[in-house]
Amino acid sequence: MADAHAAHTDQPLLVADGLGKTYGRLTACEDISFVLHPGEVLAVVGESGSGKSTLLQLLATQLAPTAGRVSYRMRDGFLRDLASLGEAERRFLFRTDWGFVHQDPAQGLRMAVSAGANVGERLMAVGWNHYGRIRQTATSWLERVEIDVDRIDDAPRTYSGGMRQRLQIARNLVTEPRLVFMDEPTGGLDVSVQARLLDLVRGLVSELGLAAIVVTHDLAVARLLSHRIMVMKAGRVIETGLTDQVLDDPHEPYTQLLVSSILPA
Amino acid sequence: MTPTKETLTTETVMIEIRNAEKTFTMHLQGGVRLPVVRGVSFEVRAGECVVLSGPSGAGKSSILKMIFGNYRCDGGVIAVRHEKAMLDVATAEPRQILSVRRSSIGYVSQFLRAVPRVPTIDVVAEPLVATGTSPETAHAQAGILLRRLNIPERLWALPPSTFSGGEQQRVNIARGFISNLPVLLLDEPTASLDAANREVVVDLIAEKKRAGVAMVAIVHDDEIRRQIADRVVDVMTFAAAA
Repeated sequence: MADAHAAHTDQPLLVADGLGKTYGRLTACEDISFVLHPGEVLAVVGESGSGKSTLLQLLATQLAPTAGRVSYRMRDGFLRDLASLGEAERRFLFRTDWGFVHQDPAQGLRMAVSAGANVGERLMAVGWNHYGRIRQTATSWLERVEIDVDRIDDAPRTYSGGMRQRLQIARNLVTEPRLVFMDEPTGGLDVSVQARLLDLVRGLVSELGLAAIVVTHDLAVARLLSHRIMVMKAGRVIETGLTDQVLDDPHEPYTQLLVSSILPA
Repeated sequence: MTPTKETLTTETVMIEIRNAEKTFTMHLQGGVRLPVVRGVSFEVRAGECVVLSGPSGAGKSSILKMIFGNYRCDGGVIAVRHEKAMLDVATAEPRQILSVRRSSIGYVSQFLRAVPRVPTIDVVAEPLVATGTSPETAHAQAGILLRRLNIPERLWALPPSTFSGGEQQRVNIARGFISNLPVLLLDEPTASLDAANREVVVDLIAEKKRAGVAMVAIVHDDEIRRQIADRVVDVMTFAAAA
Protein backbone atom coordinates (compact mmCIF):
# COMPACT_ATOMS: atom_id res chain seq x y z
CA MET A 1 0.00 0.00 0.00
CA ALA A 2 1.25 3.47 -0.85
CA ASP A 3 2.80 5.47 1.94
CA ALA A 4 0.97 8.59 0.81
CA HIS A 5 -2.24 6.74 1.48
CA ALA A 6 -1.11 5.66 4.94
CA ALA A 7 -0.16 9.21 5.85
CA HIS A 8 -3.75 10.35 5.40
CA THR A 9 -5.32 7.59 7.43
CA ASP A 10 -4.48 9.41 10.67
CA GLN A 11 -7.03 12.05 9.80
CA PRO A 12 -10.66 11.07 10.17
CA LEU A 13 -12.76 10.85 7.03
CA LEU A 14 -16.11 11.22 8.74
CA VAL A 15 -17.00 12.47 12.20
CA ALA A 16 -20.42 12.03 13.81
CA ASP A 17 -20.92 14.26 16.81
CA GLY A 18 -23.90 13.93 19.15
CA LEU A 19 -26.25 12.89 16.34
CA GLY A 20 -29.90 12.56 17.19
CA LYS A 21 -33.21 12.27 15.40
CA THR A 22 -36.64 12.52 16.94
CA TYR A 23 -40.06 12.27 15.36
CA GLY A 24 -42.30 14.15 17.77
CA ARG A 25 -41.98 12.22 21.00
CA LEU A 26 -40.39 9.23 19.31
CA THR A 27 -36.61 9.02 19.50
CA ALA A 28 -35.07 7.19 16.54
CA CYS A 29 -31.41 7.99 17.32
CA GLU A 30 -29.85 9.63 20.34
CA ASP A 31 -26.42 11.08 21.07
CA ILE A 32 -24.37 9.10 18.56
CA SER A 33 -20.72 10.05 18.18
CA PHE A 34 -17.93 8.23 16.39
CA VAL A 35 -15.02 8.76 14.04
CA LEU A 36 -14.38 6.83 10.81
CA HIS A 37 -10.94 6.76 9.21
CA PRO A 38 -10.10 6.16 5.55
CA GLY A 39 -10.12 2.46 4.74
CA GLU A 40 -12.06 1.55 7.87
CA VAL A 41 -15.16 -0.63 7.70
CA LEU A 42 -17.68 -0.03 10.47
CA ALA A 43 -20.65 -2.33 11.00
CA VAL A 44 -23.76 -1.01 12.72
CA VAL A 45 -25.75 -3.91 14.15
CA GLY A 46 -29.00 -4.21 16.05
CA GLU A 47 -32.50 -5.52 15.57
CA SER A 48 -35.18 -3.80 13.51
CA GLY A 49 -36.29 -0.60 15.15
CA SER A 50 -32.93 -0.06 16.87
CA GLY A 51 -32.34 3.06 14.80
CA LYS A 52 -29.52 1.73 12.64
CA SER A 53 -31.13 2.56 9.31
CA THR A 54 -32.08 6.03 10.54
CA LEU A 55 -28.46 6.53 11.56
CA LEU A 56 -27.29 5.56 8.08
CA GLN A 57 -29.68 8.07 6.53
CA LEU A 58 -28.46 10.80 8.88
CA LEU A 59 -24.85 10.06 7.98
CA ALA A 60 -25.57 10.07 4.26
CA THR A 61 -27.56 13.33 4.53
CA GLN A 62 -30.75 11.60 3.42
CA LEU A 63 -32.31 12.84 6.64
CA ALA A 64 -31.62 16.00 8.62
CA PRO A 65 -30.66 15.39 12.26
CA THR A 66 -32.58 17.09 15.08
CA ALA A 67 -29.34 17.24 17.10
CA GLY A 68 -25.63 17.05 16.44
CA ARG A 69 -23.71 17.09 13.18
CA VAL A 70 -21.84 15.00 10.63
CA SER A 71 -18.56 16.27 9.21
CA TYR A 72 -16.74 14.84 6.20
CA ARG A 73 -13.23 15.39 4.89
CA MET A 74 -13.63 16.65 1.34
CA ARG A 75 -11.09 15.82 -1.36
CA ASP A 76 -9.40 19.17 -0.70
CA GLY A 77 -8.46 17.86 2.77
CA PHE A 78 -10.84 20.04 4.77
CA LEU A 79 -13.36 18.66 7.22
CA ARG A 80 -16.76 20.19 6.46
CA ASP A 81 -20.05 20.13 8.33
CA LEU A 82 -22.34 18.36 5.87
CA ALA A 83 -25.28 20.56 6.85
CA SER A 84 -23.34 23.56 5.54
CA LEU A 85 -22.91 22.11 2.05
CA GLY A 86 -24.94 23.51 -0.80
CA GLU A 87 -27.16 21.23 -2.84
CA ALA A 88 -24.64 21.13 -5.71
CA GLU A 89 -21.79 20.15 -3.40
CA ARG A 90 -23.88 17.44 -1.82
CA ARG A 91 -24.86 16.04 -5.20
CA PHE A 92 -21.23 16.08 -6.22
CA LEU A 93 -20.34 14.00 -3.14
CA PHE A 94 -23.01 11.48 -4.02
CA ARG A 95 -21.83 11.19 -7.58
CA THR A 96 -18.15 10.83 -6.90
CA ASP A 97 -16.95 10.36 -3.37
CA TRP A 98 -19.78 8.30 -1.93
CA GLY A 99 -21.60 5.16 -2.82
CA PHE A 100 -24.88 3.93 -1.38
CA VAL A 101 -25.75 0.24 -1.68
CA HIS A 102 -29.40 -0.37 -0.90
CA GLN A 103 -30.82 -3.63 0.37
CA ASP A 104 -33.19 -3.67 -2.58
CA PRO A 105 -31.14 -3.24 -5.78
CA ALA A 106 -34.20 -1.79 -7.52
CA GLN A 107 -33.74 1.30 -5.32
CA GLY A 108 -30.15 1.79 -6.41
CA LEU A 109 -30.42 0.81 -10.06
CA ARG A 110 -32.41 1.95 -13.03
CA MET A 111 -34.22 -1.26 -13.76
CA ALA A 112 -35.28 -0.51 -17.33
CA VAL A 113 -31.94 0.56 -18.82
CA SER A 114 -29.05 -1.75 -19.65
CA ALA A 115 -26.47 -2.91 -17.12
CA GLY A 116 -23.77 -1.10 -19.09
CA ALA A 117 -25.75 2.13 -18.93
CA ASN A 118 -26.33 1.69 -15.19
CA VAL A 119 -22.57 1.66 -14.65
CA GLY A 120 -21.75 4.19 -17.38
CA GLU A 121 -24.27 6.71 -16.10
CA ARG A 122 -22.22 7.34 -12.96
CA LEU A 123 -19.17 8.02 -15.12
CA MET A 124 -21.07 10.42 -17.36
CA ALA A 125 -22.28 12.23 -14.25
CA VAL A 126 -18.68 13.03 -13.40
CA GLY A 127 -17.92 14.28 -16.89
CA TRP A 128 -16.83 11.24 -18.88
CA ASN A 129 -17.99 11.64 -22.45
CA HIS A 130 -16.00 9.19 -24.54
CA TYR A 131 -18.41 6.38 -25.35
CA GLY A 132 -15.69 3.79 -26.02
CA ARG A 133 -13.93 4.44 -22.73
CA ILE A 134 -17.17 4.41 -20.76
CA ARG A 135 -18.14 1.11 -22.34
CA GLN A 136 -14.71 -0.35 -21.69
CA THR A 137 -14.72 0.72 -18.04
CA ALA A 138 -18.27 -0.59 -17.57
CA THR A 139 -17.21 -3.91 -19.09
CA SER A 140 -14.23 -4.25 -16.82
CA TRP A 141 -16.42 -3.48 -13.79
CA LEU A 142 -18.97 -6.11 -14.78
CA GLU A 143 -16.09 -8.58 -14.94
CA ARG A 144 -14.88 -7.50 -11.52
CA VAL A 145 -18.28 -8.18 -9.99
CA GLU A 146 -18.47 -11.47 -11.90
CA ILE A 147 -21.28 -10.60 -14.28
CA ASP A 148 -21.06 -12.29 -17.65
CA VAL A 149 -20.10 -9.54 -20.10
CA ASP A 150 -22.57 -10.98 -22.62
CA ARG A 151 -25.28 -9.57 -20.38
CA ILE A 152 -24.02 -5.96 -20.59
CA ASP A 153 -26.88 -4.82 -22.84
CA ASP A 154 -29.61 -6.50 -20.80
CA ALA A 155 -31.62 -4.53 -18.28
CA PRO A 156 -31.21 -5.54 -14.62
CA ARG A 157 -34.87 -6.48 -14.40
CA THR A 158 -33.84 -9.61 -16.34
CA TYR A 159 -31.13 -10.35 -13.73
CA SER A 160 -31.30 -12.61 -10.69
CA GLY A 161 -31.26 -11.02 -7.20
CA GLY A 162 -27.57 -11.77 -6.70
CA MET A 163 -26.61 -10.33 -10.10
CA ARG A 164 -28.63 -7.19 -9.44
CA GLN A 165 -26.86 -6.67 -6.15
CA ARG A 166 -23.46 -7.15 -7.81
CA LEU A 167 -24.45 -4.68 -10.52
CA GLN A 168 -25.48 -2.15 -7.88
CA ILE A 169 -22.06 -2.53 -6.33
CA ALA A 170 -20.32 -2.01 -9.68
CA ARG A 171 -22.43 1.11 -10.29
CA ASN A 172 -21.39 2.48 -6.92
CA LEU A 173 -17.71 1.70 -7.12
CA VAL A 174 -17.00 2.75 -10.70
CA THR A 175 -16.29 6.35 -9.68
CA GLU A 176 -13.81 5.16 -7.06
CA PRO A 177 -15.61 6.59 -4.03
CA ARG A 178 -13.84 6.93 -0.71
CA LEU A 179 -16.87 6.03 1.39
CA VAL A 180 -19.65 3.54 0.76
CA PHE A 181 -22.83 3.25 2.81
CA MET A 182 -24.44 -0.19 2.74
CA ASP A 183 -27.88 -0.95 4.07
CA GLU A 184 -28.30 -4.71 4.64
CA PRO A 185 -26.37 -5.46 1.43
CA THR A 186 -27.07 -9.20 1.59
CA GLY A 187 -30.50 -8.89 3.16
CA GLY A 188 -32.66 -10.04 0.27
CA LEU A 189 -30.42 -12.82 -1.01
CA ASP A 190 -30.32 -16.60 -0.66
CA VAL A 191 -27.70 -17.86 1.77
CA SER A 192 -25.54 -19.37 -0.99
CA VAL A 193 -25.62 -16.12 -2.95
CA GLN A 194 -24.85 -14.10 0.20
CA ALA A 195 -21.51 -15.84 0.75
CA ARG A 196 -20.34 -15.06 -2.77
CA LEU A 197 -21.41 -11.44 -2.52
CA LEU A 198 -19.75 -10.94 0.87
CA ASP A 199 -16.57 -12.43 -0.44
CA LEU A 200 -16.67 -10.09 -3.43
CA VAL A 201 -17.40 -7.00 -1.31
CA ARG A 202 -14.65 -7.92 1.13
CA GLY A 203 -12.11 -8.22 -1.67
CA LEU A 204 -13.12 -4.95 -3.34
CA VAL A 205 -13.17 -2.99 -0.09
CA SER A 206 -9.64 -4.03 0.82
CA GLU A 207 -8.32 -3.72 -2.74
CA LEU A 208 -9.68 -0.19 -3.16
CA GLY A 209 -8.98 0.89 0.43
CA LEU A 210 -12.60 1.97 0.82
CA ALA A 211 -14.14 3.18 4.02
CA ALA A 212 -17.58 1.72 4.56
CA ILE A 213 -20.46 1.91 6.98
CA VAL A 214 -22.48 -1.28 6.81
CA VAL A 215 -25.84 -1.58 8.51
CA THR A 216 -26.80 -5.18 9.13
CA HIS A 217 -28.76 -7.30 11.54
CA ASP A 218 -26.56 -10.26 10.58
CA LEU A 219 -23.56 -10.66 12.87
CA ALA A 220 -21.88 -13.00 10.39
CA VAL A 221 -21.88 -10.18 7.82
CA ALA A 222 -20.39 -7.84 10.41
CA ARG A 223 -17.68 -10.36 11.29
CA LEU A 224 -16.72 -10.98 7.70
CA LEU A 225 -16.72 -7.38 6.48
CA SER A 226 -15.98 -4.99 9.32
CA HIS A 227 -13.04 -3.88 11.41
CA ARG A 228 -15.17 -2.21 14.04
CA ILE A 229 -18.70 -2.68 15.23
CA MET A 230 -21.33 -0.52 16.94
CA VAL A 231 -24.25 -2.26 18.63
CA MET A 232 -27.45 -0.23 18.71
CA LYS A 233 -30.51 -0.64 20.85
CA ALA A 234 -33.48 1.71 21.16
CA GLY A 235 -31.70 4.46 19.22
CA ARG A 236 -28.49 4.42 21.25
CA VAL A 237 -25.07 2.88 20.78
CA ILE A 238 -24.71 0.48 23.69
CA GLU A 239 -21.41 -1.20 22.86
CA THR A 240 -18.60 -0.52 20.44
CA GLY A 241 -15.14 -1.89 19.68
CA LEU A 242 -13.04 -4.10 17.46
CA THR A 243 -15.40 -6.49 15.68
CA ASP A 244 -13.92 -9.78 16.88
CA GLN A 245 -13.58 -8.38 20.40
CA VAL A 246 -17.23 -7.37 20.66
CA LEU A 247 -18.43 -10.63 19.12
CA ASP A 248 -16.09 -12.96 21.06
CA ASP A 249 -16.17 -11.08 24.36
CA PRO A 250 -19.43 -9.11 24.46
CA HIS A 251 -19.97 -7.10 27.64
CA GLU A 252 -23.47 -5.67 27.46
CA PRO A 253 -26.45 -7.90 28.24
CA TYR A 254 -28.09 -7.08 24.91
CA THR A 255 -24.90 -7.83 22.92
CA GLN A 256 -24.54 -11.14 24.76
CA LEU A 257 -28.11 -11.94 23.82
CA LEU A 258 -27.46 -11.11 20.15
CA VAL A 259 -24.26 -13.17 20.03
CA SER A 260 -25.81 -16.13 21.86
CA SER A 261 -28.74 -16.12 19.45
CA ILE A 262 -26.57 -17.15 16.50
CA LEU A 263 -27.17 -20.73 15.51
CA PRO A 264 -23.95 -22.72 15.60
CA ALA A 265 -22.52 -23.37 12.13
CA MET B 1 7.16 -0.67 1.53
CA THR B 2 10.22 -1.87 3.41
CA PRO B 3 9.91 -1.10 7.11
CA THR B 4 13.30 -0.37 8.59
CA LYS B 5 14.10 -3.52 10.44
CA GLU B 6 14.64 -2.99 14.12
CA THR B 7 17.69 -4.62 15.65
CA LEU B 8 16.36 -6.97 18.28
CA THR B 9 18.64 -8.68 20.74
CA THR B 10 17.76 -11.45 23.15
CA GLU B 11 17.50 -8.68 25.73
CA THR B 12 14.67 -6.90 23.92
CA VAL B 13 11.40 -7.35 25.78
CA MET B 14 8.65 -7.96 23.23
CA ILE B 15 5.73 -8.60 25.58
CA GLU B 16 5.45 -7.34 29.13
CA ILE B 17 2.35 -8.24 31.10
CA ARG B 18 1.72 -6.76 34.54
CA ASN B 19 -1.23 -7.72 36.73
CA ALA B 20 -3.56 -8.40 33.85
CA GLU B 21 -6.94 -9.77 34.80
CA LYS B 22 -10.07 -11.06 33.19
CA THR B 23 -13.55 -11.82 34.47
CA PHE B 24 -16.52 -12.83 32.37
CA THR B 25 -19.93 -11.54 33.43
CA MET B 26 -22.68 -13.71 32.04
CA HIS B 27 -25.72 -11.46 31.87
CA LEU B 28 -27.91 -14.17 30.42
CA GLN B 29 -27.18 -16.39 33.43
CA GLY B 30 -28.36 -13.88 36.00
CA GLY B 31 -25.14 -11.87 35.95
CA VAL B 32 -22.90 -14.71 37.15
CA ARG B 33 -19.30 -13.54 37.34
CA LEU B 34 -16.64 -15.97 36.21
CA PRO B 35 -13.18 -14.84 37.25
CA VAL B 36 -10.67 -16.34 34.83
CA VAL B 37 -7.24 -14.95 35.68
CA ARG B 38 -5.83 -12.30 37.98
CA GLY B 39 -2.35 -10.90 38.54
CA VAL B 40 -1.03 -12.24 35.23
CA SER B 41 2.58 -11.05 35.04
CA PHE B 42 5.35 -12.29 32.79
CA GLU B 43 7.50 -11.10 29.95
CA VAL B 44 8.76 -12.54 26.71
CA ARG B 45 11.99 -11.53 25.00
CA ALA B 46 12.99 -11.68 21.37
CA GLY B 47 13.92 -15.19 20.23
CA GLU B 48 12.27 -16.83 23.21
CA CYS B 49 9.36 -19.27 23.38
CA VAL B 50 7.34 -19.17 26.59
CA VAL B 51 4.92 -22.04 27.06
CA LEU B 52 1.84 -21.53 29.22
CA SER B 53 1.03 -24.59 31.28
CA GLY B 54 -1.93 -25.54 33.42
CA PRO B 55 -5.01 -27.70 33.24
CA SER B 56 -7.83 -27.11 30.83
CA GLY B 57 -9.93 -24.15 31.95
CA ALA B 58 -7.05 -22.45 33.78
CA GLY B 59 -7.17 -19.51 31.37
CA LYS B 60 -4.29 -20.23 28.98
CA SER B 61 -6.26 -19.43 25.84
CA SER B 62 -7.82 -16.40 27.50
CA ILE B 63 -4.34 -14.99 28.13
CA LEU B 64 -3.34 -15.50 24.48
CA LYS B 65 -6.57 -13.84 23.36
CA MET B 66 -5.97 -10.90 25.68
CA ILE B 67 -2.49 -10.38 24.22
CA PHE B 68 -4.00 -10.46 20.72
CA GLY B 69 -6.69 -7.97 21.74
CA ASN B 70 -9.44 -10.47 21.01
CA TYR B 71 -10.58 -10.55 24.65
CA ARG B 72 -10.76 -7.33 26.58
CA CYS B 73 -8.61 -6.99 29.63
CA ASP B 74 -10.31 -5.78 32.84
CA GLY B 75 -7.18 -4.49 34.56
CA GLY B 76 -3.40 -4.34 34.37
CA VAL B 77 -1.10 -3.75 31.43
CA ILE B 78 -0.35 -5.84 28.34
CA ALA B 79 2.49 -4.01 26.64
CA VAL B 80 3.60 -5.27 23.25
CA ARG B 81 6.52 -4.02 21.20
CA HIS B 82 5.02 -2.27 18.19
CA GLU B 83 6.72 0.14 15.82
CA LYS B 84 9.77 0.42 18.09
CA ALA B 85 7.79 1.32 21.22
CA MET B 86 5.67 -0.49 23.79
CA LEU B 87 1.92 -0.25 23.22
CA ASP B 88 -0.60 -1.26 25.90
CA VAL B 89 -3.04 -3.55 24.13
CA ALA B 90 -5.35 -3.44 27.16
CA THR B 91 -6.14 0.22 26.53
CA ALA B 92 -5.37 0.57 22.80
CA GLU B 93 -7.87 1.89 20.26
CA PRO B 94 -9.29 -0.63 17.78
CA ARG B 95 -7.20 0.93 14.98
CA GLN B 96 -4.05 0.48 17.01
CA ILE B 97 -4.86 -3.16 17.68
CA LEU B 98 -5.45 -3.73 13.96
CA SER B 99 -2.10 -2.12 13.27
CA VAL B 100 -0.45 -4.38 15.86
CA ARG B 101 -1.98 -7.41 14.16
CA ARG B 102 -0.81 -6.23 10.77
CA SER B 103 2.79 -5.64 11.66
CA SER B 104 3.63 -7.07 15.09
CA ILE B 105 1.57 -10.01 16.39
CA GLY B 106 0.39 -13.14 14.64
CA TYR B 107 -2.01 -15.71 16.07
CA VAL B 108 -1.87 -19.33 15.00
CA SER B 109 -4.76 -21.45 16.16
CA GLN B 110 -5.74 -24.95 15.15
CA PHE B 111 -8.79 -23.69 13.38
CA LEU B 112 -8.79 -22.09 9.99
CA ARG B 113 -11.46 -19.47 9.55
CA ALA B 114 -12.61 -20.64 6.17
CA VAL B 115 -12.50 -17.97 3.50
CA PRO B 116 -14.86 -19.25 0.84
CA ARG B 117 -13.57 -19.52 -2.71
CA VAL B 118 -10.00 -18.32 -2.06
CA PRO B 119 -7.32 -20.77 -3.29
CA THR B 120 -5.10 -22.29 -0.61
CA ILE B 121 -1.94 -20.75 -2.00
CA ASP B 122 -3.50 -17.28 -1.71
CA VAL B 123 -4.79 -17.97 1.80
CA VAL B 124 -1.23 -18.79 2.86
CA ALA B 125 0.44 -15.96 0.92
CA GLU B 126 -2.02 -13.27 2.04
CA PRO B 127 -0.27 -12.08 5.24
CA LEU B 128 2.90 -11.39 3.22
CA VAL B 129 1.07 -9.69 0.36
CA ALA B 130 -0.84 -7.56 2.87
CA THR B 131 2.44 -6.19 4.23
CA GLY B 132 3.86 -5.33 0.85
CA THR B 133 5.69 -8.44 -0.40
CA SER B 134 5.24 -9.00 -4.14
CA PRO B 135 2.68 -11.71 -4.97
CA GLU B 136 5.36 -13.76 -6.78
CA THR B 137 7.69 -13.86 -3.79
CA ALA B 138 4.80 -14.48 -1.42
CA HIS B 139 3.51 -17.36 -3.53
CA ALA B 140 6.96 -18.89 -3.74
CA GLN B 141 7.31 -18.83 0.04
CA ALA B 142 3.77 -20.13 0.50
CA GLY B 143 4.65 -23.04 -1.78
CA ILE B 144 7.76 -23.88 0.25
CA LEU B 145 5.78 -23.94 3.49
CA LEU B 146 2.89 -25.96 2.05
CA ARG B 147 5.36 -28.50 0.67
CA ARG B 148 7.12 -28.77 4.03
CA LEU B 149 3.76 -29.32 5.71
CA ASN B 150 2.95 -32.08 3.22
CA ILE B 151 0.07 -30.38 1.41
CA PRO B 152 0.30 -31.81 -2.13
CA GLU B 153 0.72 -29.25 -4.89
CA ARG B 154 -2.42 -30.40 -6.71
CA LEU B 155 -4.47 -28.97 -3.80
CA TRP B 156 -2.92 -25.50 -3.78
CA ALA B 157 -5.35 -24.01 -6.29
CA LEU B 158 -8.39 -25.26 -4.33
CA PRO B 159 -10.02 -23.41 -1.43
CA PRO B 160 -9.09 -25.06 1.88
CA SER B 161 -12.74 -25.21 2.92
CA THR B 162 -12.94 -28.46 0.93
CA PHE B 163 -10.01 -30.05 2.82
CA SER B 164 -9.93 -32.47 5.73
CA GLY B 165 -9.59 -31.06 9.25
CA GLY B 166 -5.91 -31.97 9.45
CA GLU B 167 -5.12 -30.41 6.08
CA GLN B 168 -6.94 -27.21 7.05
CA GLN B 169 -4.92 -27.05 10.24
CA ARG B 170 -1.67 -27.35 8.30
CA VAL B 171 -2.79 -24.64 5.87
CA ASN B 172 -3.46 -22.45 8.89
CA ILE B 173 0.00 -23.18 10.29
CA ALA B 174 1.58 -22.27 6.95
CA ARG B 175 -0.40 -19.02 6.97
CA GLY B 176 0.64 -18.29 10.54
CA PHE B 177 4.35 -18.99 10.02
CA ILE B 178 4.79 -17.27 6.66
CA SER B 179 4.72 -13.78 8.15
CA ASN B 180 7.74 -11.83 9.33
CA LEU B 181 5.93 -10.70 12.47
CA PRO B 182 8.15 -10.31 15.55
CA VAL B 183 5.63 -11.88 17.95
CA LEU B 184 3.68 -15.12 17.44
CA LEU B 185 0.98 -16.58 19.66
CA LEU B 186 0.58 -20.34 19.18
CA ASP B 187 -2.63 -21.94 20.40
CA GLU B 188 -2.05 -25.71 20.24
CA PRO B 189 -0.47 -25.62 16.80
CA THR B 190 0.43 -29.32 16.90
CA ALA B 191 -2.85 -30.70 18.25
CA SER B 192 -4.05 -33.65 16.17
CA LEU B 193 -1.09 -33.55 13.76
CA ASP B 194 0.76 -36.75 12.93
CA ALA B 195 4.34 -37.25 14.09
CA ALA B 196 5.95 -36.12 10.82
CA ASN B 197 4.00 -32.86 10.69
CA ARG B 198 4.53 -32.22 14.43
CA GLU B 199 8.24 -32.43 13.70
CA VAL B 200 7.88 -29.85 10.91
CA VAL B 201 6.14 -27.45 13.31
CA VAL B 202 8.88 -27.92 15.91
CA ASP B 203 11.44 -27.05 13.21
CA LEU B 204 9.45 -23.98 12.16
CA ILE B 205 9.36 -22.77 15.76
CA ALA B 206 13.13 -23.26 16.07
CA GLU B 207 13.66 -21.22 12.88
CA LYS B 208 11.46 -18.43 14.24
CA LYS B 209 13.54 -18.37 17.42
CA ARG B 210 16.71 -17.99 15.43
CA ALA B 211 15.06 -15.11 13.57
CA GLY B 212 14.44 -13.40 16.92
CA VAL B 213 10.69 -13.96 17.06
CA ALA B 214 9.12 -13.93 20.52
CA MET B 215 6.50 -16.65 21.01
CA VAL B 216 3.89 -17.58 23.58
CA ALA B 217 2.56 -21.09 23.10
CA ILE B 218 0.00 -23.50 24.47
CA VAL B 219 0.87 -27.14 23.84
CA HIS B 220 -0.49 -30.17 25.59
CA ASP B 221 2.06 -32.68 24.33
CA ASP B 222 4.88 -32.98 26.92
CA GLU B 223 7.42 -34.00 24.32
CA ILE B 224 6.70 -30.95 22.14
CA ARG B 225 6.79 -28.68 25.16
CA ARG B 226 10.22 -30.05 26.07
CA GLN B 227 11.44 -29.36 22.55
CA ILE B 228 10.15 -25.79 22.14
CA ALA B 229 9.94 -24.21 25.61
CA ASP B 230 12.66 -21.87 26.79
CA ARG B 231 10.54 -21.15 29.84
CA VAL B 232 7.29 -22.47 31.23
CA VAL B 233 4.81 -20.13 32.93
CA ASP B 234 2.34 -21.91 35.20
CA VAL B 235 -1.05 -20.28 34.68
CA MET B 236 -2.34 -21.78 37.95
CA THR B 237 -0.42 -19.08 39.79
CA PHE B 238 -2.82 -16.59 38.18
CA ALA B 239 -5.91 -18.54 39.21
CA ALA B 240 -8.69 -16.14 40.00
CA ALA B 241 -11.34 -18.61 41.15
CA ALA B 242 -13.36 -17.01 43.91
